[in-house]
Amino acid sequence: MSKNFAKRQVLPGFGITMGYTVTYLSLIVLVPLAALFLKSAGLGVADFWKAVSSPRVVASYKLTFGASLVAATINAIFGFVVAWTLVRYKFPGKRIIDAMIDLPFALPTAVSGIALTAVYSSHGWFGQYLEPLGIKVAYTPIGITLALVFIGLPFVVRTLQPALADLERESEEAAASLGANRFQTFTRVILPTILPALLTGFALSLARAIGEYGSVVFISGNMPMRTEITSLLIISKLEQYDTAGAAAISVVMLIASFGLLLSINLLQHLAGRRYQGAL
Amino acid sequence: MKSISPIVAFTLLATVAPLLAGCGSSTAASKSGSEPAGAASSKEPVTLLNVSYDPTRELYEEFNADFAKHYEEETGTPVTIEQSHGGAGKQARAVIDGLKADVVTLAIAYDIDQIAELTGLFPKDWQKRLDNNSCPYTSTIVFLVRSGNPKQIKDWDDLVKDGVEVITPNPKTSGGARYNYLGAWGYALKKFGNDEQKARDFVKKLYENVPVLGSGARDSTTTFVQREQGDVLITWENEALLALKELGPEKFEIVTPSVSILAEPPVTVVDKNAAAHGAQEAAVAYLKYLYSPAGQRLAAKHFYRPSLKEHAAPEDLERFKEIELFNVDEVFGGWPEAQAKHFNDGGLFDVIQEEIASSK
Amino acid sequence: MNASTLPTTLESPESWQVAGPQLRTATEESTWVRWLLVGSTLTFLTLVLFVPLAAIFAEALRKGWAAYFASFNNPNFWSAVKLSFLATGISVPANLIFGVAASWAIAKFDFRGKSLLITLIDLPFAVSPVVSGLIYVLLFGMTGWLGPWLSSHNIQIIFAVPGIVLATIFVTFPFVARELIPLMQEQGSEEEQAAVSLGANGWQTFFRVTLPNVKWALLYGVILSTARAMGEFGAVSVVSGHIRGKTNTLPLHIEVLYNEYNFVAAFAVASLLTLLALVTLVLKTTLEWRIQRDLEEAAKSE
Repeated sequence: MSKNFAKRQVLPGFGITMGYTVTYLSLIVLVPLAALFLKSAGLGVADFWKAVSSPRVVASYKLTFGASLVAATINAIFGFVVAWTLVRYKFPGKRIIDAMIDLPFALPTAVSGIALTAVYSSHGWFGQYLEPLGIKVAYTPIGITLALVFIGLPFVVRTLQPALADLERESEEAAASLGANRFQTFTRVILPTILPALLTGFALSLARAIGEYGSVVFISGNMPMRTEITSLLIISKLEQYDTAGAAAISVVMLIASFGLLLSINLLQHLAGRRYQGAL
Repeated sequence: MKSISPIVAFTLLATVAPLLAGCGSSTAASKSGSEPAGAASSKEPVTLLNVSYDPTRELYEEFNADFAKHYEEETGTPVTIEQSHGGAGKQARAVIDGLKADVVTLAIAYDIDQIAELTGLFPKDWQKRLDNNSCPYTSTIVFLVRSGNPKQIKDWDDLVKDGVEVITPNPKTSGGARYNYLGAWGYALKKFGNDEQKARDFVKKLYENVPVLGSGARDSTTTFVQREQGDVLITWENEALLALKELGPEKFEIVTPSVSILAEPPVTVVDKNAAAHGAQEAAVAYLKYLYSPAGQRLAAKHFYRPSLKEHAAPEDLERFKEIELFNVDEVFGGWPEAQAKHFNDGGLFDVIQEEIASSK
Repeated sequence: MNASTLPTTLESPESWQVAGPQLRTATEESTWVRWLLVGSTLTFLTLVLFVPLAAIFAEALRKGWAAYFASFNNPNFWSAVKLSFLATGISVPANLIFGVAASWAIAKFDFRGKSLLITLIDLPFAVSPVVSGLIYVLLFGMTGWLGPWLSSHNIQIIFAVPGIVLATIFVTFPFVARELIPLMQEQGSEEEQAAVSLGANGWQTFFRVTLPNVKWALLYGVILSTARAMGEFGAVSVVSGHIRGKTNTLPLHIEVLYNEYNFVAAFAVASLLTLLALVTLVLKTTLEWRIQRDLEEAAKSE
């Protein structure tokens, strides 16, 4: 990192904390990730391209990114409603509901996957009523999306809550006094103010969804070309002793995640703050 | 910044603490086994790690206890057997990456071949070292259907009918699933007089009826029995018999097809791992014990077809139906060839899946 | 302390109640809109959250309480508990120290490449658990960089406890840092500078000035890390080797039970983890009340 820290040199400890940060980051994250890049580099450009662009892999990208986008969008909409309700209204059981929002984050993902499958497969509590309507959830892309909604929900709600709590009611009042109705106040005053937080929540939920594995494999049919997510494909490559191929696909995933996170951080930089409680 | 040295010490400690703690525990763990090879004949306790595939859980749970008792009586050496189970591909991968297995007991010879090839931990002709191609027990592939057999499934032909949902794992990751696939293929070859194209169409039709591909045999079994998906589960005979016992014979029935594939799950000692902590002798004895009357009786009890029938209890043997069996070597020219043609990336299984996906 | 940065759910004034008085001001929604929003919140959460969670308990209790409690009477369960606590007990403090150091460097000083550094710290959050495990296999595995050397020195990292600890550290890496950095950025460094100019050294400044200001965020970060460490499945699964009674954590033990047709026990252990998480999260909510109360008292005394 650059040593251009002339501005606040009054405080001690930059050298040591920065050194420690970079060392620890390197040992735990960067060096192991470098191993991944090197392993895939062993393939050479042509084979690398072949590994990451075969039809089956491309189909898995489409599914993974598509389902993640849909899930993040659903989470942005309903997560907003949930956050709004939790911040602004009072109703029985609110506190416990608020605490439960974080559960998908804490549960082992395999447990989430098994539980969702139990409820939504054709003989499950909900699945048995959906099946006659022609809606199959488990073992289809809908099931994958459902699992991703489940694991992504806390990120949208937890990013939006502080932003909503932070909203200055004065500006809403001002809008109202200028003759805006509630809907106009919402679209013209509230939404623009919380938009950075909403986008951050959306992007976090998306980033989490793209990499998700444990919960999805249980509810997905895992059919090649149709319901096989990219993480599963990596596992499948590994089990066929194709480590370099697995590393190559991992690199693609990693770059996508990194790009997404970088844009979140730039977004927050532009918005002038980082939203805490987001993770 | 006078206080820098305690900070340095503290932060360094924090960085390495996890590693130190870990190394400590691992060296402690390996200490007991790090005696020279000859020490196994003394009364030092020995630990064996058996890395196995999914459906052998119940067999080895009982067999391990039995062997430990027998071995201590015979040699005076107490032995502890550790078990690891998972999909065969995943387990072989782990051994290649450094899981210190003393013996491997996997679903197909191909996975053990890969370990020999990629690590050199034991010789490539390992399969010649024990009787019956190193397979102390065998099995075959049968169908599990729901009670009353509502879809009237009798043979492989019934699996390709419209409206029948078939549950089977992914042959890319599951050894059992490869037997399922090859079983269907072999049946079709026989039926259509070795017409490859017709066999391929048959297998494609079968996989069109598959809504879920599990990651391993157990995964597919739970999908079929617990999540109640599909009309028929293609699975190991031992797995089907076990499901019947564990989950209620009133709920399911086993259907034995007219012809099926001989499943040969082999075993071998991982010489260099075992030698490294003086467990070679115990490891060899462990696998030999699988062929002993006691081992054979247990294999049959846990629904594997024993290679030496005379040692099994007659009531256990009754459960195995007479069935015409073909093996991978005669129909597919051995595992390496079958693997390359059907299951490797770009192989026939992939092509079939792509065709199914594009037609849907 | 700036209220806006706290991860709190502000308690709303009485007038925002769903079934509030008929009189409403222009900054409130009409009653039916409120009911609609609360209704859709509850419906949505029921569909995706409450019912799946209820399913865990329903499956766990399918054969009654005796069977439920019998699930915990198993040596493999207890060794999984021990291993999970060990991995959590090492990874959370390690990441706590890292989080404090990183947030001090990032929040109190200016340097180029800060956004990049923050993104790199965040990265483990977005990495697929499969990849998180794979990188350690590539590094420490026999076919990896260090594997042969480690093996010749009889050191086992993956398929042993150290690998599980490392994977757990990786997946919980960003949480403490991510809680602290924005808060400390917001607070600026004036107070610390004042302390230093009054002759306090680095440690004193940190413990007497900075820490009291960030203690709740710190605790929240620790709670999140703990919850995640206890529950991690994918990454640990790749590096564990699944040796029963030895390298299985609680989530892996659940998988083993599930694969052995022991569904009641699998869900019983899962319900235990759910309860543990719930207790932790209620603890967190209680924490937020306290922050809220502190803030209100601070506001009154001003």
